[in-house]
This record gives sequence, structure tokens and C-alpha cells, in this order.
Amino acid sequence: MSEEKYVPKSKLARWFDSRLPLLSLSHHLTEYPTPKNLNYWWTFGGILTFFLIAQIVTGIILAMHYVANTDLAFDSIEHIMRNVNYGWLIRYAHANGSSMFFLAVYIHIFRGLYYGSHKPPREMIWITGLIIYLLMMSTAFMGYTLPWGQMSFWAATVVSNLFGAIPLVGENITAWLWGGYSLGNPTLNRFYSLHYLFPFLIFALVVLHIWALHVPGNNNPIGIDVKKNRNETMSFHPYMVMKDLLAMLVFILIFLGFVFYAPNFLGHPDNYIPANPLVTPAHIVPEWYLLPFYAILRAIPSKLGGVIFMFASIFILVLLPWLDTSKVRSAVFRPLYKKFYWVLVVMVILLAYLGAKPPEGIYVILARIATAYYFIHFLIILPLLGRYEKTSPLPTSISDPVLDKLSIVDKFKKTAAEYEGENVDTFK
Amino acid sequence: MLIRLNNLLVKVFFIVFVIIISGSANSEEKKIEFIKNNWSFEGIFGTFNRASLQRGYQVYQEVCSGCHSIQHLSYRNLVEKGGPEFTLDEAKSIAEQFEILDGPNDDGEMFTRPRRLSDKFANPFPNVQTATAANGGAYPPDMSVLVKARKGEWNYIYSLLLGYEEVSAGYELDDGVYYNKYMPGNKIMMSQPLFEGAVEYADGTQATETQMAKDVTTFLTWAAEPHLEARHKMGFKVFIFLIILLTLVYFSKQKVWSRLDSKENSDQKDETFDKVERAVTEYEGEDPKTFK
Repeated sequence: MSEEKYVPKSKLARWFDSRLPLLSLSHHLTEYPTPKNLNYWWTFGGILTFFLIAQIVTGIILAMHYVANTDLAFDSIEHIMRNVNYGWLIRYAHANGSSMFFLAVYIHIFRGLYYGSHKPPREMIWITGLIIYLLMMSTAFMGYTLPWGQMSFWAATVVSNLFGAIPLVGENITAWLWGGYSLGNPTLNRFYSLHYLFPFLIFALVVLHIWALHVPGNNNPIGIDVKKNRNETMSFHPYMVMKDLLAMLVFILIFLGFVFYAPNFLGHPDNYIPANPLVTPAHIVPEWYLLPFYAILRAIPSKLGGVIFMFASIFILVLLPWLDTSKVRSAVFRPLYKKFYWVLVVMVILLAYLGAKPPEGIYVILARIATAYYFIHFLIILPLLGRYEKTSPLPTSISDPVLDKLSIVDKFKKTAAEYEGENVDTFK
Repeated sequence: MLIRLNNLLVKVFFIVFVIIISGSANSEEKKIEFIKNNWSFEGIFGTFNRASLQRGYQVYQEVCSGCHSIQHLSYRNLVEKGGPEFTLDEAKSIAEQFEILDGPNDDGEMFTRPRRLSDKFANPFPNVQTATAANGGAYPPDMSVLVKARKGEWNYIYSLLLGYEEVSAGYELDDGVYYNKYMPGNKIMMSQPLFEGAVEYADGTQATETQMAKDVTTFLTWAAEPHLEARHKMGFKVFIFLIILLTLVYFSKQKVWSRLDSKENSDQKDETFDKVERAVTEYEGEDPKTFK
């Protein structure tokens, strides 16, 4: 970074830091300049870090008691819930933690979309973020299989069958994924193994994500580059740390509201029925955070087509920095983009809603419209907007919008006038 | 063009919402309202009613346990805090009523012995297949987490127990199938389990149908969630703690950020001072040099 080189004060610290620059790293992290105008939507990075660590810690404890065997998995979870000290707390925190993790990541992603955080020079932050998101989805999906309840079993069956749609080798791939000719013990074991591995891959990618962030620095609500001086940036610690902490506590309060008072609200009741390969549930639905993709999958009349569109809906986001060609980052200065952005938000929520509904009648038609809009938004609307949208004039610095407040002199004049006025009335 | 596009977008929004609302209104008509009841275990401070749990155990034991197992409950759970809280002796004598196959002993023989507190609840059937065969092809589900495994939870179980009705004319039912208002599809293989006076409560409570349904539902809710009371209690403490912490962090953050503002001002302090002095002078209409 552009700040002056950090040199530790004591001789010992200098000796250590020249061999392993941990002190320099920590100095960089605390002094890291953040724009002064970051709003509370920027606190979700910290919230996500908290949830990643919370999921890993609770997960490691659960792994001490869980048994990855189709005959024992369901009972071992009940054992955790009943007999392990505070097992109910750990498990409910882990299960609801995943939902909160996704809620936070969706807010984080949509914040990026609104303020143009995917645009140059931040493409690599965006792309590492998307890889993290993909890993999160697969981790969550495999984790949902572990209790080996009805929904676990059937959701896993539906998803692994998707690979069967691949021409020629599809059948072989599903058999390879299952480790047999049906979803069974080998599948559960490998899902468990990978469910334990992936969070650490996510952790490594989070390091890259933050590294990539620290090269250009934070984007900000105005979307213009900040000058790295005292008037426009502040050190990460203590300013952003305190703000992040405050937001994190509010979010944790919501999270614990679920854990303590509605722990099964976000789950499906069928997952408290042990898996039975002979009985198919009336409606197989994934967890709420995967519903938009499930809706896209079912909106396409052919199985292979559905799979292609579902994966494309994620892959298209990787191309976003090159599809969204507008030079202006923040939607604040893009009147048209702002409107299309909210249409996209509504469409994604609509897709989530439709993913939970049976694929029949009006739901299918709506799902097709919403899916079409999703792709049109990214493939047609954004490139066109980049070319034709008339953006509002950008301020020259991020402190500009603040300057319209009363200047100190004006304030003083006003107070003085008021004071004098009072004097006149009461004393003279 | 911009205005036209604007209107189009508003229309799209409007249409989408109308469709969503009408769509959810359609699915609404399939939903059945469960019978309402004031449950003591609902809400932030919800706790189980001990007497109701004990009566509920009696109903389970005398009515349900002929077909339904609760394989995740042990007799020791009956003594534990937050449950029916039977005394140790009561729970021991309950456990002793049931035998269990144990062994092998030192001679390599299997033997039966009365159950102890550490043993699981006795199963009415040795395996799922026997249970299914004995019940006309419908497996009576294990009741350990039954409340959590049904949409509507305790309200559903309570309503189901009271939802048996005479079939209206023209409605065909096979042998061994009964009509229940709250069962999805209305057809249930379990005959009406609760009748007035089906059990004689030890505490003298009148065993009406609704009373028994209420007690056994409470018992099953506890069986599915034995740490519910501990959860509610801890949740409340955690919330008090977090709210205090949140307040402290809020004021700390304000304090820290005010330093940011004052730092900003101190950079321009001299300049500001000059400006203020000038402003005062202007106001007073005096020369700064002669200002006292």
C-alpha cells in the first residue's frame, strides 16, 4: 500500500518482523484506510467472517458426536439434541447459522451489485467472492444431507440426479458421485468428508478475497475513487471495527432470536422423519437460500436445459464486470440502472417464492418470465445501459455531499443571533 | 422515453405483485385452521405444565404406547428438570414395569430384567416390519420427534386427536381407514384413540377428550424438545446480555467516531478560529484589532 513503511519500535520486534512480517501485516490491517462514507451495508463482510468462524466452531463440535452412517446418522443427531451437554444449542446454532450466513451473503452480493463493486479495478474481489458463494452452496447442500432425514435424502437425490442429464456420461457421473447405484452409505460418507473440507477452502478463499480487496481498497456508496488522505479515509481500526461490531451484534441478535425462539422455523418438518428411499415426500424443496436456482431449474421444460440454465445463472455473474460496461459504479448516479436493479431484486425474490411452489399452472409461467428477465437483465439490459444510459454528474470527491451541511461559521452566526435576540427580549 | 420506461417498470411491478397475491390466495384455501389452544410452552417465557406432562405421560402409556414407540426417550428423562419431573422413585417404578432383553451374562446366556432409569422407553414392537404388519400395513410412527415432523407442530397433533368425524354420505372409505378433518388427504389408518374416560387420571382431573388431547400433546412436545425450557431461559439471559453489550458498543462507537470528527476539525482548527473571529467581528460590526 501507499502508506509509509512500518518499522517496529523495539529491537526484538524488528528482528522478528524482518524474518516473519506478522507485525507489519497487523499494522497494515489496523491502519488500512477505509472511505469515511461507508454505510451500514458495508458491515456485512465482517458479519460473514463471524458466521464462517461460528459455523466452523459449531461444526467441529458437532463432528465430535455425529456418526456418518445411514443407519445411525439420524439417531446420532437426536443424541446430540438430547444427551450432549448444550448439544441442542450447538446444533440449532449451526443449522440456523447457515441460513443467516446466506442471508448475509445475499445482502453482501446485492450491495455489490447496487454500488458497482464488481467493476474495475475490483473484478478479482467479485470473482473470488463468487467462488466462495459456490463453495458455500455446495457445503450447505451437503450439510443438509447429513441428518439423513426425508428432505435430506430426497433433496440429495434430486440434485445428484441433475448430473444424469449430461449426455452420454451422465449415468456414469451420478454413479461415481454416489459411490454406488443409489444414494447410500458411501454417498453420506463422502458428503460428510467434503462438508468438513469445504469450509477450510472457503476460509482460504476469504483470505484471497480480502487480499484482493486490500489492493484497490474499498468501493464506497458514491462509487468514485477516494483520495487516500486524512479527509477522505480513516483507519480500519478503531473506526470500521466499531461500526462492524455494532452491526454484527444487531445481526447476531436476529440470529439468536431464531436459535432460541424459532429454531425449526427455517427448516422443513419432513427432515425430522428418518430417510426412507421407498416413500417420496409430496413436495421436495431445498433450503430457502437455494430456491431461486431450483425455480430456474424447473422453469425450463427439458431436464438438460434446466441444468444448463441453472449453472448459467451463476456463471453469468462471473462475466458481470464485462457485461456491465457503464463507467459509473454507484447506482446513485445511474437513474435507469437503479430501477432495473430493483426489478432484478423483485424477480429473484419471486423466483425464490416460486421455487417453494409446486411446478404447475401459473407458477411455471411466472417462473419462466422471471428466469427470462434474470438473463435479459445481465445479457441485454446491462450492456445497453452501459452504452445509452445518461448518468447524473459525479461529485469530485466523496466529501462533497457532506459539504451542503451548514458551515461552522453559519452555525455560529445563527446561534449568536438567537442568543442576542433572547437577550433583547428578557434583559432590555 | 424515460418517463414511458418508468411507467412500464411500475406496471411490471404491479402485475408481479398482483399475481403473487392472487397466487398465494389460491393456495390459501387448501390450508385448514388448526384448533386453537393456549399452550403454556409457547412464547419467550414458555414452560411446560408439570401436572399436564405427568398426565400426558399417563395417556401415552395407557393409550398410545400400544402401537407407538418413543425410542429416543429414556426413563431417566422423566426425572430430569424441565420435563414431567417425576420423583426418582416414581420413575424407577415406572421403568420396572417393562422388561428388557439383556446379556449375554457370564454363562453366555441372554436374560430379561426389569428396565432401569438408564434404559430407553420400551418399544411395543420388535421392529418396523412387525409394527407395520400388526397395524394393517400402516407403520405407527415413532413419537420421539413427531411434533417437529409435522407442519403445524403441536397444534396439528392436538387438532388431529380431536379431528375425527363421521363420514358425510357418499364419501367412500375402505375398511380400517378413518376420516380425520386435519389429516392431509383426510384418510387416516389410526382409529380414534381418545374417548371420554379412556384413562383415569391419578390426580383426579376429569379425563375429557380435550383434556387428554391437551395433556398428551404437551407430553409429546416435551418428548420432541426436552430442553425447551432450558432454551427459553438461556435465550432470555443471552438477550439481556446482548442488549446491554449492544448499548455499550453503540456509545463506544459514537465516542470513537466523534474523535474522528474532532480530528477533522483540529486539522482546520486555526483556520476555523480565524473564521469564527471574523464572523463575530462582522456581526458586532467592529474591527478585530479593537475587539475586547
